[in-house]
Amino acid sequence: MNIAASSLGEFQQAFATALFDDGAQDASPIASLLRQPAFAIYRNTVRKACIDALEANYPAVARLVGSEWFRAAAAAHVAVTPPHDARLMHYGAGFAHFLAGFEPAASLTYLPDVARLDRFWTEAHIAADAEVLDGSALASLPPEQLGTRVLIPHPAARWAWFEEAPIHTIWRNNREADGDTGDLAWHAEGSLLTRPQDSVCWCELDRAELAFLDACAAGHPLADAAAAALSVQTDVDLSRLIAKLLRAGAFAGLR
Amino acid sequence: MHASLTAGLGLKPEHFDAALLCRAPGLWFEVHPENYLVDGGPRLRWLEAVRGSHAVSLHGVSLSLAGDEAPDAAHLQRFAALIKRIEPALVSEHLAWSAWGGQHYPDLLPFPRTTDALQRIVANIERTQAALGRSIAIENPSHYLHIEQHAWDEIDFLTELTRRTGCTLLLDVNNVHVSASNLGFSAEAYLDRFPASAVAEIHLAGHTPDPTLGGAMLIDSHDAPVAPVVWALYQRLVERIGVRPTLIERDGNVPAFEEILAERNLAAAVLQQGDATAEQVAA
Repeated sequence: MNIAASSLGEFQQAFATALFDDGAQDASPIASLLRQPAFAIYRNTVRKACIDALEANYPAVARLVGSEWFRAAAAAHVAVTPPHDARLMHYGAGFAHFLAGFEPAASLTYLPDVARLDRFWTEAHIAADAEVLDGSALASLPPEQLGTRVLIPHPAARWAWFEEAPIHTIWRNNREADGDTGDLAWHAEGSLLTRPQDSVCWCELDRAELAFLDACAAGHPLADAAAAALSVQTDVDLSRLIAKLLRAGAFAGLR
Repeated sequence: MHASLTAGLGLKPEHFDAALLCRAPGLWFEVHPENYLVDGGPRLRWLEAVRGSHAVSLHGVSLSLAGDEAPDAAHLQRFAALIKRIEPALVSEHLAWSAWGGQHYPDLLPFPRTTDALQRIVANIERTQAALGRSIAIENPSHYLHIEQHAWDEIDFLTELTRRTGCTLLLDVNNVHVSASNLGFSAEAYLDRFPASAVAEIHLAGHTPDPTLGGAMLIDSHDAPVAPVVWALYQRLVERIGVRPTLIERDGNVPAFEEILAERNLAAAVLQQGDATAEQVAA
């Protein structure tokens, strides 16, 4: 065993590998450390910190499946995907994708999408600041100009459509302290998360609202966004739709 | 040195409102910058509000200064922007590593104190100080492992870092007790040798026995009040080196703000006593 010859980098490579590999490594440059029971302290601390971060970042998923199940699933994710960023609030970007392929979660088909909404919450919470566009900016425009202007989504706004299950309702019920646990109406629905002031807020979206937001995000002018909403729902009340999205804080500006 | 800072507290989000209103003389707050390196949102506003009424210290846990690679440039850039925004009284990091090959290991990991390591860490501290535009304080870590490759004594190593980079030191008294107990050296002898003039800040925290290894292995857990033995070491240190900004760290089993403030007031009392002793000596 020639420990003194190993460089700092070789030491770190061996140490980092051993943090997630419990197997004996007599040939390792840190073999004398692996033989000490205290090496387990580093293994436990690193793994626990990663699992704790995932549990903090995915509270609705954790509440749905229970802490014990969640932590077992998180441990499996941590072992294959340790953090790539020192800011642990960013950790778990791939967790929804991991859950979709996690065999023990196969019967919980809604779980990956609930994880997506937990992730949206984090993204909305830390997104850049911007003034929320209020209705008066639109009201002051001459009607003939309105259709050519583009509504710019707020940096904190996140939205998605869920065709297979009422994900927004499931997520909300497990994110809010007094969430409803009654029977669910099993239907498709959309979800919008915004940060109009400091707190992240959420509301359910219908197909027309989602089509409108998607068109705005693609840089289409208001007339085209309105047409997109009408194409999925012919009787849509456009002024109500726009007022709801403005009230939610979905837009930061108009160009 | 910040003479006006007495004893401070690690700031937890659940204590934010109470912390904002508390006007204990000399009180200051310390946070991990990693939790505030965000594009926007409420976290920065919380921190700015606290900064509006109190001095703030930024205590990094992820620069990985003892890693055999340069600190993450993007992370340094974000850290520098936070410093510009918050204007902290103190900035510190650890003599440890936590990143390797693009992955992060959220802990303060040990390394062999060799001359090669010293050169690498000097370069990393210099790069950090240049990016942040100020000197930083380096904290002595807690030890659990016997590492045969150490060529340098820890105090000599830290002293050499201050000499070569102009950094200061953050002396964590609980870490000294935990390391001394785990590795079998005298905490008193360590503290008595520590270079007084380099100490910019002191940390105090609680520890617990390892759940499987028992009392023979103490864990720097930050989830309990400061132990009497650590208070005694702290008193001994302040009697020798004088008054320094002192932080009570608490990260787990976080009690009510009043309870942790009472613990902080004990440290403030030790500092007041130390200040009185210094004045007597000067007179």
